[in-house]
Amino acid sequence: MKKVYAREDVCIGCRLCEIACIVEHSISKDIIRAFKQEEKRPARNVVEECGPVSFSVHCRHCDEPPCVQVCISGAIVKDPATGIVNHIPEKCVGCWSCVMACPYGVIKRDTDRGKVIKCDLCPDRDLPACVSACPNEALLYEEK
Amino acid sequence: MKYVIIGNGVAAIGAVEGIRQTDRQNPITIIAAEPYATYGRPLIANLLRGKIHEADLAYRPEVFYRDNKVTLLLGRTATKIDVAARRALLEDGDKVPYDKLLIATGGKPFIPPIQGKDGPDVYTFTTLDDAKKLDALVGKIKQIVVIGGGLIGLKAAESLHDRGLKVTVVELADRILSTAFDQTAGKIIGNRLAEVGIEVITESSVKEIVRKKDRVKGIILNDGHNRGCEAVVIAIGVIPDKDIVKGTGIETNRGIVVNDYLETSVAGIYAAGDVAEALDLLSGERRVVPIWPNAYNQGQYAGRNMAGARVTYKGGLPMNSIEFYGIPTMSMGMANPADAGYEVITRLIPEKNVYRKLVLKDGILVGAMLIGEVERAGILTGLIRNRVKVNSFKEELMKDTLSLSSLPGEIRAEWLNK
Repeated sequence: MKKVYAREDVCIGCRLCEIACIVEHSISKDIIRAFKQEEKRPARNVVEECGPVSFSVHCRHCDEPPCVQVCISGAIVKDPATGIVNHIPEKCVGCWSCVMACPYGVIKRDTDRGKVIKCDLCPDRDLPACVSACPNEALLYEEK
Repeated sequence: MKYVIIGNGVAAIGAVEGIRQTDRQNPITIIAAEPYATYGRPLIANLLRGKIHEADLAYRPEVFYRDNKVTLLLGRTATKIDVAARRALLEDGDKVPYDKLLIATGGKPFIPPIQGKDGPDVYTFTTLDDAKKLDALVGKIKQIVVIGGGLIGLKAAESLHDRGLKVTVVELADRILSTAFDQTAGKIIGNRLAEVGIEVITESSVKEIVRKKDRVKGIILNDGHNRGCEAVVIAIGVIPDKDIVKGTGIETNRGIVVNDYLETSVAGIYAAGDVAEALDLLSGERRVVPIWPNAYNQGQYAGRNMAGARVTYKGGLPMNSIEFYGIPTMSMGMANPADAGYEVITRLIPEKNVYRKLVLKDGILVGAMLIGEVERAGILTGLIRNRVKVNSFKEELMKDTLSLSSLPGEIRAEWLNK
């Protein structure tokens, strides 16, 4: 399946990917409304910076996803057809088991809502918003 | 080919999903004594607490069973297995033929021989029906005693407290959560429970449940102290529910012993979940570790093997994540080593209810415990699972800013290119 891959050699740490992610998953999908009027949710990727090195971490939509195995409420499921590991917020009870299990540390706690938040590869788009927004092709959406 | 699964826990769901990875066609039958399709069993605490509704409990949507060609025989108890004829025998006399069978009967509450335990007003807390019975007590009684300060006991206590009952927890060990957590962690959670008004008595046990005209009136502790109460919840732990294999010749120890393919000593019969004694990743031994992720995973590997894929189960890793009144707690791997051959690093900020502990063996991370500060905790779990030598960057792992940048470049590159 196609996944988002990060290239740390060209990442400039601008965090536009995070902004694009937040906007894409907002109600209005408008940057100003998303940041000024709506309840802001965390981005679904994690940009890490360590000295001169920076890179963005994205859900790997694993073949055997640890987050699916540990979920106590059935809120995380891997779609057998697309391979996408989806989170169903309505079913999430905020036990944080998936936060404990994800080896990439890419499932975040949204403590305001008492639920987790994770990458869904942007179901409404051909190209995930983070990849579109990256100014230096440090994010690639491809099949390896 | 007919697949039969006995049990409606999460191992059954893992098995259905595992079978269907290889075999899209042949019928699957799930037989379960409980009248419900698989539900998020730990969520009975959320239900009792009033946070969710019964409809929210379903672990998979109804269409899951239709889409996967699963027939549900619910509220039907399988009592025996006729190994020679390859049939599961039900209490009502029905016989269900199988080609491949999975025993996923789970655990049942352990009830110690306490005087006065038999009769009304004594409850357990492992099923939806248990939760419904306790829910029916709300408003009718004022005081309740929970015997057992493990995860199940404390979750029952928290839910009942929030519904207005006065709750006392009695724990035999010197701390609550003694299986997965240590003294320091137990103290943080214990203090928090005391703060909200739950009484926790440690290093004590219930000698007698006092009854008057059959009804529970209180308990007497082994030191002679007593507490008045109108009901008791026994939540000491679960033991494998393996009665069904009696007389079959299937090898059992504490649980039903399975090989690396989750198959029992009888070909074609598999076991998974809380009833199974399966490979434990870190010790390399077969153990009963009754936790949710192991049950799903074992079920899934059993299912794949039942359908003919030959896949080796890599072994389970003990882990627990649970929140008590706003304090998230996690324990992974050997977080509480028994002997001195381990390097233990801790960081405690008592006023913030933050505690972090790493356990290393020969430089390899084998366990972790996190209280209060849990962001990106899975990175540690990944290091434990992959037996990574962390000696050179262990200080980084102690920080709340734990990140993949803490890892050596080559490990990070390998992980992120998956």
